[in-house]
Amino acid sequence: MFTIKKISRGTLTATLMLFGLLLAGTSAHAGPMIDKIHFIIPGGAGGGWDGTARGTGEALTGSGLLGSGSYENMSGGGGGKAIGYMIENAASNHGTLMVNSTPIIIRSLVGRFPHNFRDLTPIAGVIGDYAALVVKADSDLKNFGDLVAIYKSNPADLAVAGGSVPGGMDHLVVAMAFKAAGADPNKVNYLPFDAGGKAMAALLSGEADALSTGLGEALELAKAGEIRILVSTAGERIAEAPDVSTLVEQGYDATFVNWRGFFAAPGLPADVRQAYIDILGAMYDKPEWEAVRKRNGWVNIYNPGDDFVKFLEAQEKVVGSLMKELGFL
Amino acid sequence: MLEGILQGLTTALSFYNLLMVVIGCLIGTFIGMLPGLGPMSIIAIMIPVAIQLGNPAAALIMLAGVYYGAIFGGSTSSILINAPGVAGTVATSFDGYPMARQGKAGKALTIAAIASFCGGTVGAVLLFGFAPALSSVAILFWSSEYFALMVLGMTAVAAFAGRDQVLKALLMTIVGVMLATVGESALHNAPRFTLGLMDLQSGIYFVTLVMGLFALPEALFLILRRGKGVVESDKLMKIENLRISKAEAKQMAPVIGRQSIAGFLIGVLPGAGATIASFLGYAMERNIAPAGDRKQFGKGSIKGLAAPETANNAACTGSFVPLLTLGIPGSGTTAILLGALIALNVSPGPGLMTDRPEVFWSVIISMYVGNLVLLMLNLPLIPYIARLLAVPRNYLVPFVLFFALIGSYIGQNNPTELLIMIGLGIVATIFRFTGFPLPPLIIGFILGGMMEDNLGRAIRRSGGIEFLWERPMTLALLILALILLIAPYLLDKLKIRERLMSN
Repeated sequence: MFTIKKISRGTLTATLMLFGLLLAGTSAHAGPMIDKIHFIIPGGAGGGWDGTARGTGEALTGSGLLGSGSYENMSGGGGGKAIGYMIENAASNHGTLMVNSTPIIIRSLVGRFPHNFRDLTPIAGVIGDYAALVVKADSDLKNFGDLVAIYKSNPADLAVAGGSVPGGMDHLVVAMAFKAAGADPNKVNYLPFDAGGKAMAALLSGEADALSTGLGEALELAKAGEIRILVSTAGERIAEAPDVSTLVEQGYDATFVNWRGFFAAPGLPADVRQAYIDILGAMYDKPEWEAVRKRNGWVNIYNPGDDFVKFLEAQEKVVGSLMKELGFL
Repeated sequence: MLEGILQGLTTALSFYNLLMVVIGCLIGTFIGMLPGLGPMSIIAIMIPVAIQLGNPAAALIMLAGVYYGAIFGGSTSSILINAPGVAGTVATSFDGYPMARQGKAGKALTIAAIASFCGGTVGAVLLFGFAPALSSVAILFWSSEYFALMVLGMTAVAAFAGRDQVLKALLMTIVGVMLATVGESALHNAPRFTLGLMDLQSGIYFVTLVMGLFALPEALFLILRRGKGVVESDKLMKIENLRISKAEAKQMAPVIGRQSIAGFLIGVLPGAGATIASFLGYAMERNIAPAGDRKQFGKGSIKGLAAPETANNAACTGSFVPLLTLGIPGSGTTAILLGALIALNVSPGPGLMTDRPEVFWSVIISMYVGNLVLLMLNLPLIPYIARLLAVPRNYLVPFVLFFALIGSYIGQNNPTELLIMIGLGIVATIFRFTGFPLPPLIIGFILGGMMEDNLGRAIRRSGGIEFLWERPMTLALLILALILLIAPYLLDKLKIRERLMSN
């Protein structure tokens, strides 16, 4: 069965109504909702963006919602080149969707991209993962409060590893959590690694005292009894991890979701935009999508249209003020 | 545990799974021969197929076959056209290509195949015997030890620092380290030396650099050189240029023995892997070889070819230790394998051996079979593959250029990579004309980036450079590096003195 992690109640009702309409619609005419979509992937083959675009395309065409999909990997500038391409060739790219994720916010803020999401037409967030703070299974730390206590007494004593650069996502999550606990977010002794797996090895080797990572990545090792998840950044507990409590639950007002979603070229006609929103919304109902989702261990977080824009604006604000405080802006 | 092993044995030796080994190895070794398509992209392509199989043991057996098959086949393009497609086979080209140029392409390929087979098989034996015990080795190293390990690997540069070449080799190493700093590093939230070009923000792509540095100038030199092919066909087919003599086998054996174990242990470390293992193997064998053999390194040494080829295959097998026993992927390739396992409802980690013994043991056992399959598959083909070099150069040059261009374009789909490659190619050609050795540049590039990251992290962790003497393992590795560098000269001096004394 599919699960939708709702961003707002309104979205959910709207989506359900939409599903009803779509089901009625598709049973009337068996043809696809859209004939062709060209997916632009801002990075090379085999990465997270690549998997999201190709997986979505596979589910859409496999379920008959989409006639055919084509894919183009456009590396360069950590994704900046593809964004520039979408903007410069907007008029000829109405049939194109570009995949992107949380870094578009972070990298636009630091000026790494000359553009930001407002220069594009946001379509919808489709999947995501929450962040988690973890320690080794034999650690004395039992909850986020214990971590805060050590941090407050001597921040240099607490080395926190993560799979992104300083000022990148994993670092921001720890800083955000400590800030919510009333501590100075600027003092985190952050050890940056170029991949999540290496950061995890540093936790197990004792080089790092704690690790900031994706909840999905942490769950498997927690099940195996190697690590303990202290807290997640979800708004409320999720079905896949019923035992993992959230920051909000432990009394700290902070949430964070690492999303992946689709953007279209600027100046896209409203009806075409709606068609893209509809086809992605209809996808969650299909067994073909469930197969792709399960294979990749993704969490459905459907966040379409104007809600997506509002969400992006809110995330930009939170991340921006945090980065300013940390001296990255 | 015995029950689990038996269960694994029956699973691995079932007809269906034997078929999976053969299919995986076949695909891996042939695609691995093409430069540019590394094991990571091949496995990414194969994942949907593997998941369709539905059976986790069969899927992992096939994907593992693709992985070590690609490392096995990866040496071919390094040896024949000096175009290593994967970082792990760069060191193979240092001596493999000079051998091929001397008309011994067949012999070089045979040595590579045998070394790969031994490395892979010894690795599988070690994996079988010690995998659970080795899980603690996998998390032994901190960033400071990885830094020291990279320093140790850098001593491979000494092989290219001949009599009046020391300054040139050092200079090229520094150029390599500088090229590695282009783009964003794991430590800094700012791009460096990108000249404002977006295409350089993620740094210089490894395959682009190697193709520009090695393959492109090679094609130019082929045009400039007189004669028809690279080597005469009958010279290539001469039996003594194909077979390995007894004396040569004697030379290889201890190298293969040492490097199977050393390579495996390096592979177990999640922050190291096949590339580091191959450079370390090369450096170690060069610096402990007797003076006469040492001079051969970089000019077609049998030891210099056998060492990295053994080490990279052993390391590839070793990288399954953290994956299977801890659930930690040490490389991009094993990260994809981990994803596939989870999709098939298998959680790698300490519980794997007890919960799913048939998966755990059958994968390990399938590796013996796989390495045997690879050897039987590759050996008979060697005389034919080697004859590629007898192809007239008006056909060979476009072929080399085609693979160089495809290699740097394929994973990235970025046409600017081609321009960057051509620019690097022009610079590399000038370097070659003026006698600057290129291997130190690539060693500096590959190890330099990791060295910087690990040094930066170690300094952040300890708040200074105290780790250099406070962590005993770091200190030991650094002293070892120093000994490896100085020992050859001291030994030579001692020998000369002895000779003078006895006279």
